[in-house]
Amino acid sequence: MATQAGHAETHGHSIRLYLLVWGWLFVLSACSYLVDYFHLTGLLRWSLILLFMIVKAGLIVGIFMHMAWERLALIYAILVPPAALLVFVAIMTFEASYTLLTRLAFFGGT
Amino acid sequence: MTGLTLRSSRPPEADPGRWRRLSDDWSAERQTFRGASWRKAMMWIFLLSDTFVFGCFLLAYMTVRMSTTVPWPNPSEVFALEIGGRQLPLILIAIMTFVLISSSGTMAMAVAFGYRRDRTRTALLMLATAILGATFVGMQAFEWTKLIHEGVRPWGNPWGADQFGSTFFMITGFHGTHVSIGVIVLLVIARKVWRGDFDHGQRGFFTSQPGRYENVEIAGLYWHFVDLVWVFIFALFYLW
Repeated sequence: MATQAGHAETHGHSIRLYLLVWGWLFVLSACSYLVDYFHLTGLLRWSLILLFMIVKAGLIVGIFMHMAWERLALIYAILVPPAALLVFVAIMTFEASYTLLTRLAFFGGT
Repeated sequence: MTGLTLRSSRPPEADPGRWRRLSDDWSAERQTFRGASWRKAMMWIFLLSDTFVFGCFLLAYMTVRMSTTVPWPNPSEVFALEIGGRQLPLILIAIMTFVLISSSGTMAMAVAFGYRRDRTRTALLMLATAILGATFVGMQAFEWTKLIHEGVRPWGNPWGADQFGSTFFMITGFHGTHVSIGVIVLLVIARKVWRGDFDHGQRGFFTSQPGRYENVEIAGLYWHFVDLVWVFIFALFYLW
C-alpha cells in the first residue's frame, strides 16, 4: 500500500499543472464556441472544430487521466483499439454515400 | 492481492527504455500492466469498451446525417436561447461544457489531494465535482424539456430530418445517464473519504475489501471519461 500512495507523489502532480490544464480547456472550449458564434463555414469550420476537439481530448486523457505517466503497455492497450473506429468511419462513409445516392436516384430527393 | 505482491517486486534496474519495457511487459509471463493496479487497469478497459459504445452512437449519427436527403436542422439555431432580449446561439450547451470541464478540474485536484492524504480537501473537492455534475444533468433536463415542448420527437421534428431527434435523445441521453451514475459514485466515494475509510482500512459494504485512496483516482478516471465523451459530442453533434 505504501507503493500505491507513493506512486502519484513521485510524479509530482502539482495543483498548478491541473489549474493550467483547466485554463487551457476553458480557452479551447471558448474557441470552439466562437467558431459557431462567428458562423465560420466549410473547411475552416470543421478543421478548427476537429483541432480543438483533439487537443482537448489529449489534455484530458494525458494530464487529467494521468495517461502521460503510465507505461507504454497500458497506453497502447487503451489508445490503439479505438483506431478501429476510424476504419469503421471510413466504411460507413462509403455506405452512407451509397444510401444517399440510391435515395436520390429512386426517390427523386424527397 | 496477488497483483500487489507481483507489482512491488520490481527490481530497481537501470531504465531499459520505453520500447524495451513495452515488449517486456507484454511478453513476460505475468501481469501485463505493471505500473497500474488491477482496479485501475480494469477501469481503463471498461472505459475502452465504453469508448466503443459512444463511438458507435456517433457513427450511427454520422451515417444517418450523411445519408438523409432532407436537410439537417441547424444545431446553432435549435439550441439557441434568448437571454436579455438577445438570441445567443448554443449558449446553454457552451455553459454546460464549461460546467463539465470545471468539474473535471476539481476532480483532478481531488485526486491529487487524495494521494497527499488530505481527507477534508479531497472530500470537499469531490463534493464540488458532484454538484457541478448534478448542475450539468439539470441543465440537460431543461434542454430536453424545451426541445420536447417545441415538438422534437425521436421520430420527427419541425425543422428538418427526422433522424435528428432520435440521434439527439440517444446520444445525450446515454451521456446524461453516465453523468448521473458518475455523480452517485462520486458521492459514495466522497463519503468514504470524509469518514476516513481509506485511512483505517475500512472494508467496503459491497466488495468487503479495504479501499485505498486509489479509489478516488479510479472514480476520477470515470469522471474524466464522461467529460471526454462530452468533448466529442459537443464538437460532432452541436458544432458540426
